[in-house]
Amino acid sequence: MTMVAEAPLKNAVPTDQELIDFVVREARLIDQQRFDEWLDLYADDAFYWMPLEWNQTDPRLTCSLMYEDKLLLSIRVERLKGARTFSQKPKSRCHHVLQTPQVDSRDAAANSYVTWTPMHYVETRLEEQTLYAAWATHHLSVENGKLKIKLKRVDLINCDAAFGNIQLFM
Amino acid sequence: MTRYAGNAAALRALVRDQEVHRDVYVSEEVFQLEMEHMFPNSWVYVGHDSQVPNAGDYYGTTIGTQPILLVRHTDGTVKVLHNRCPHKGTRITSETCGNTGKFFRCPYHAWSFKTDGSLLAIPLKKGYENTGFEQSHAATGMAPVRHIRNYRGFVFAKINDGGLDFEEFFGESLSSFDNMIDRSPVGQLKVAGGVLRYMHNCNWKMLVENQTDTCHPMVAHESSAGTVVEVWKKAPPGTKKPMAVEIIAPFMSPYEFFENMGIRIWDNGHGHTGVHHSIHSDYSAIPGYFEKMTAAYGEERAKAILGENRHNTVYFPNIMIKGPIQLLRHFKPIAANKTLVESWTFQLVDAPDMLLERTLMYNRLINAPTSIVGHDDLEMYERAQEGLHSNANEWVNLQRLYSPDEAGQTNVAVNGTSEWPMRHQFRAWTKFMTMGM
Repeated sequence: MTMVAEAPLKNAVPTDQELIDFVVREARLIDQQRFDEWLDLYADDAFYWMPLEWNQTDPRLTCSLMYEDKLLLSIRVERLKGARTFSQKPKSRCHHVLQTPQVDSRDAAANSYVTWTPMHYVETRLEEQTLYAAWATHHLSVENGKLKIKLKRVDLINCDAAFGNIQLFM
Repeated sequence: MTRYAGNAAALRALVRDQEVHRDVYVSEEVFQLEMEHMFPNSWVYVGHDSQVPNAGDYYGTTIGTQPILLVRHTDGTVKVLHNRCPHKGTRITSETCGNTGKFFRCPYHAWSFKTDGSLLAIPLKKGYENTGFEQSHAATGMAPVRHIRNYRGFVFAKINDGGLDFEEFFGESLSSFDNMIDRSPVGQLKVAGGVLRYMHNCNWKMLVENQTDTCHPMVAHESSAGTVVEVWKKAPPGTKKPMAVEIIAPFMSPYEFFENMGIRIWDNGHGHTGVHHSIHSDYSAIPGYFEKMTAAYGEERAKAILGENRHNTVYFPNIMIKGPIQLLRHFKPIAANKTLVESWTFQLVDAPDMLLERTLMYNRLINAPTSIVGHDDLEMYERAQEGLHSNANEWVNLQRLYSPDEAGQTNVAVNGTSEWPMRHQFRAWTKFMTMGM
């Protein structure tokens, strides 16, 4: 049976297990290249942030590897489908190994939930297979009975290293 | 097997008027000769003096593949030193940048050096008595790079004594630096926002050439910029155009746009695209900026400074600057098939923060290893690096809009899609590669 992208919450306030399941599901959608469903997990005002600096606090006046709103994320998803997306001929594939996400904070009144997930991410294309180690921080909220990502922050342990192409989403 | 060492004629034969031999990209021997001759004979960018604001501040980088240090000496001047202990060769600094205090100390045997490189002290000095140590190379300390020039904050160095002096090497091309710096109301830049580092499995010259290659954006970047244009078309009418769309969409401009924008050719491999307009021409005004520039320079001069829209200025051998958005890319050679690309951004001192914000957004959308535009380019370089091993044809064609009388012409503006700049870079390559050989 195919996993459902967006599972409705049982109650107005998500349980810890529902937050954890959500984070795990998000990674699985990337690994299965279900990018349109993946994009639907993001709120309209969401950001995906991959800092360039260790413990970076400012995404505006300090450079990042990625700091993208939903428009830019949707452009990436569209690009992956393109007939002339030469850097994806052949396509990259990826694989997440997550530790169990930890619920760092929950504030039902503010509709704000934060999880922290150490992970290894492998991206592969042609003969190359590259391993990245990172921590993913998810800032989540409930919209119309479903969890949505407001901010996903991916801190690479070697964020300041010189990388080759990183093509997909961690 | 050596084919080119000490053989200036063989090296010259690699570059023809309209084509170059693949060995300039794939031969490890040619690469080694570039490191021994071409880079040491050229004025190579080291760094910006705002990276070392205080006495004792240092920044470690390379000229070609040689490790060097930019350091602020106790007297306030900047020095460029070879980053090697004169004793056993140990690299002196452990971090890329930092502050060493009043002196450098080698972590291996504690030899110490003043920040101009001169030898300060050696432990157990008595052991060198009556050994003739004073006459040794080691006694002179960390070797300085003798020829350095700080041009309005941008530090260049030349390792060899021969060759051209700074003004002769750069000539009129320095006007692109002037324009980038003059965009600050107080005429000053500061390195800001962090450096993006991107590893490329290709020859460094492919990157340099690509800076003036205006026939590739609408083809290679159809996947990224083309998708931006398509997605943006679906936005509800009246939506304010985001900064990101302003930055990426112009890459899809038609051939005519690039033909008409023009390319300028200077001496010694330098030149710039965007004589009349460029992909940076139509950015939205930043509130308060023009008023500050007018107050500083007067309206006429402010308009002249901001009216320049030079797209990419190539400074031979291995940097490119973008004046309108204060960005410098440094193409650092590692091997014939490996190049580290560093993209540095600058803040215009006393200008609104939003200018730096736009510069940083440009850098991460175009130059990051996570950038989809960068993916388009790197894919092409790496395919070329592989394809050049085909024996079907040993020559790379650079013939577009070739004119037999072009060699020797300087400060001319030509059709923006001409491959003249690349031919011109290779003429300079031959000149500095064989200089003194």
